[in-house]
Amino acid sequence: MMVKTIFSGFGGQGVLMMGYALAHGAMSAGYHVTFLPAYGAEVRGGTANCTVAVSDDEIASPIASKPDNIVVLNAPSLLTFQNRLAPGGALFLNSSIIAVEPSRHDVRIFKIPSSELAEKLGNPRTANTVMMGAFLKITGLVPPDIFLSSMETVMGSKKKSVIEINHKAFAAGYEFLKIAE
Amino acid sequence: MMKKVFGRPRSMKKNIFHYCAGCGHSIAHRLIAEVIDELDIRGITIGIPPAGCAVLAYNYFDVDMIEAQHGRGPATATGIKRVLPDRIVFSYQGDGDLAAIGIAESFHAANRGENITVVFINNAVYGMTGGQMAPTSMLGQKTTTSPVGRDIVLDGYPIQVSEIFSLLPGTAYIERCTVNSPASILKTRKAIRKAFQYQIDGLGFSLVEILSPCPTNWKMTPIESCRWIDEVMSKSFPLGVLKDLPAAEQKQKRGEQTP
Amino acid sequence: MNKVLMQGNKIIGEAAIRAGCRFYAGYPITPQNEIPEYMSERLRQEEGGVFIQSESEVAAIHMVIGASAAGARAMTSSSSPGISLKQEGISSMAACELPAVIINMMRGGPGLGNISAAQGDYFQATKGGGHGDYRIIVLGPDSAQELADLTMEAFDLADRYRTPVMILADGMMGQMMEPVIFKTPKPRDYPESFIMKGAGAGKSKIIRGLILDPLDMEEHNWTLDRKYQVIAQNETRHELYKADDAELILVAYGTGARIAKGAIKRLRDLGLRAGLFRPITLWPFPTNELRDLAKKIENFLVFEMSTGKMVEDVRLAIQGRARIGFHGRPGGVVPTPVELANVVMRKYDRKEGIIDHY
Ligand SMILES: Cc1ncc(C[n+]2csc(CCOP(=O)(O)OP(=O)(O)O)c2C)c(N)n1
Ligand code: SF4
Ligand SMILES: [Mg+2]
Repeated sequence: MMVKTIFSGFGGQGVLMMGYALAHGAMSAGYHVTFLPAYGAEVRGGTANCTVAVSDDEIASPIASKPDNIVVLNAPSLLTFQNRLAPGGALFLNSSIIAVEPSRHDVRIFKIPSSELAEKLGNPRTANTVMMGAFLKITGLVPPDIFLSSMETVMGSKKKSVIEINHKAFAAGYEFLKIAE
Repeated sequence: MMKKVFGRPRSMKKNIFHYCAGCGHSIAHRLIAEVIDELDIRGITIGIPPAGCAVLAYNYFDVDMIEAQHGRGPATATGIKRVLPDRIVFSYQGDGDLAAIGIAESFHAANRGENITVVFINNAVYGMTGGQMAPTSMLGQKTTTSPVGRDIVLDGYPIQVSEIFSLLPGTAYIERCTVNSPASILKTRKAIRKAFQYQIDGLGFSLVEILSPCPTNWKMTPIESCRWIDEVMSKSFPLGVLKDLPAAEQKQKRGEQTP
Repeated sequence: MNKVLMQGNKIIGEAAIRAGCRFYAGYPITPQNEIPEYMSERLRQEEGGVFIQSESEVAAIHMVIGASAAGARAMTSSSSPGISLKQEGISSMAACELPAVIINMMRGGPGLGNISAAQGDYFQATKGGGHGDYRIIVLGPDSAQELADLTMEAFDLADRYRTPVMILADGMMGQMMEPVIFKTPKPRDYPESFIMKGAGAGKSKIIRGLILDPLDMEEHNWTLDRKYQVIAQNETRHELYKADDAELILVAYGTGARIAKGAIKRLRDLGLRAGLFRPITLWPFPTNELRDLAKKIENFLVFEMSTGKMVEDVRLAIQGRARIGFHGRPGGVVPTPVELANVVMRKYDRKEGIIDHY
């Protein structure tokens, strides 16, 4: 098994954190993993993206020319990455912000109003965690409890309130797709 | 009939700047292009972009441009000017480019009195590489390589390039300006014009230092950045004319006192 | 031992600190800025730690010379254009027999080039980028784990042979995060007598590369050369991957080798028995090992993220005993394993062997 995912959005939306936490979770779950952020001039202009590869075998290239999943938090990211998605792949988009419709019809599309859900919980900055709830619900790449403890590790925050709100945000994303199905 | 009062300078290409919102580079670019138009020297000007956020300056200036390695602009400018003395040659440099890796080339071009113009963008950080400490970073300024703030003992003092270069007999004109308000922008434009004019008149090395906002790496809004220049940066780097040799010589001829 | 997920550049920094590196000087350049950034934070916390952001790469390497002579485990890092500037100091360190570790996270070139991962600096690194008759040890890691292990080992090799040691990796390895386990470094074993710290009441010492009498200089050159021969004999390292039953061997290093491993899996799925020969020491190059392999395998394909540099060492090693093909992607392009597998299928025929043998 080899699953590659691209996470993309505005700088400040916590895109790198999503990838980092997933990579950490996958490592904790015993997988081989790589995390590759876009860097340097590529990230001028305010967008950020990263690629996470998870596999039960050694990973040759950390780059995804045809990712299995893409998670996009803003419209420019959707336009940049949707054509790269492998046929049959999963496209997760933040429908609170992205008004455009994806042009791909050969992929599975999951629209999650993650910004709204996060706002409802009282912390709009957890939209990325909401997204991860939905993402792991569908992909099952890493068990939720392992992911959540990885997220705590990589956020480095011992504050109970921060941990709690992220658990809630994760659950909101996880539950959202259950209801929709 | 309508009169066009504002437009793209002829010496500027129709490209969109890649600079961050609130960055001083874009303003400086425009001012240089306006001056080149005004002096009608587009066809004889050769520019040298640095390694730095302005590395792509040739995408914006519609004049001949040749890339220089990091810090070597004034040396490359020297080569061009010595071979083509009737061309107008300018080197565009950041604080890392001029005051760190290229201090030797810059200092010696100034000391030789090369008849070139240097536009020096001082934003107190290495913008392009992601906000490391620059030779012009403020004491106490936190950067990615001075995590607890610039420390005199470890990192030395902010280098006052304009003051130091003023001491060199070869330099003709040196002024420090900024671009954080409409008034300061107009002043900077005048300074750039004067610098180029002195080169046209063959008077020697001219340098315009511009205190320039870098909101991205200062982690401030553009407005906060403009304020920071007034409240912090210009305290270490006072604005004004640091040297105007031809003017001083004129005064001396007329028997007036020079400061 | 704890497995941690860390970015390549930071792994180098952490491994260096654990190996006892207490002096770092460097100048920012993408894609390795995280090394100076990490060192500025970590060395501040270490007793006796010194971090200097130098005014240039030239200054950095000469600061390292001073620190090394004064007995510190010292390191500098950069990426291609900055490594060009360090060559003066590297030549000097080779002449004066001073240990230090130099990191090159290669990017696309020549000139300012770009900041993507590339392997164009192979000649500069392995054939003596500076002037004069010298060699340096060059290590080519291909994973986060090797970044850690080889950085630690680089300090030991530098001390043991009193020579600069270079880690030759690339921008992608520097930016990528991968799990890593930091092993326990060996304690430093470096005689006090080499260290310059003032003569005290004893004999004064000179460290120099200036040897005006040609006969004396010649002797120094031969002395250095004998040392290089010992290094070549004792320290040559390589990895063989699925080579036992292979009909075709790919030769690649660093990131190139990772891509090659992916391609090999694919080729084997398609029924082509490919294997990998991966030099870990780029200098000394595993010449004899490759030559031995050419006794039983007739077809080799060299893959590099350049227009072809290491391929010359491969040809020198194999000396016409086998057919050698080449595939290169310079300029900062990192091809997919699928592309490389397709290239192999195109360039290799079971009957003819490698088709564009050169
Ligand atoms: C020899 C060499 N070392 C390092 C670099 C990387 N580099 C590019 S621009 C830059 C510094 C940019 O800072 P500054 O000159 O202040 O310009 P700014 O981006 O702030 O405008 C550095 C270190 C390089 N291109 N070449
Ligand atoms: S990083 Fe700073 S100097 Fe560079 S473009 Fe952005 S604001 Fe301007
Ligand atoms: Mg700067």
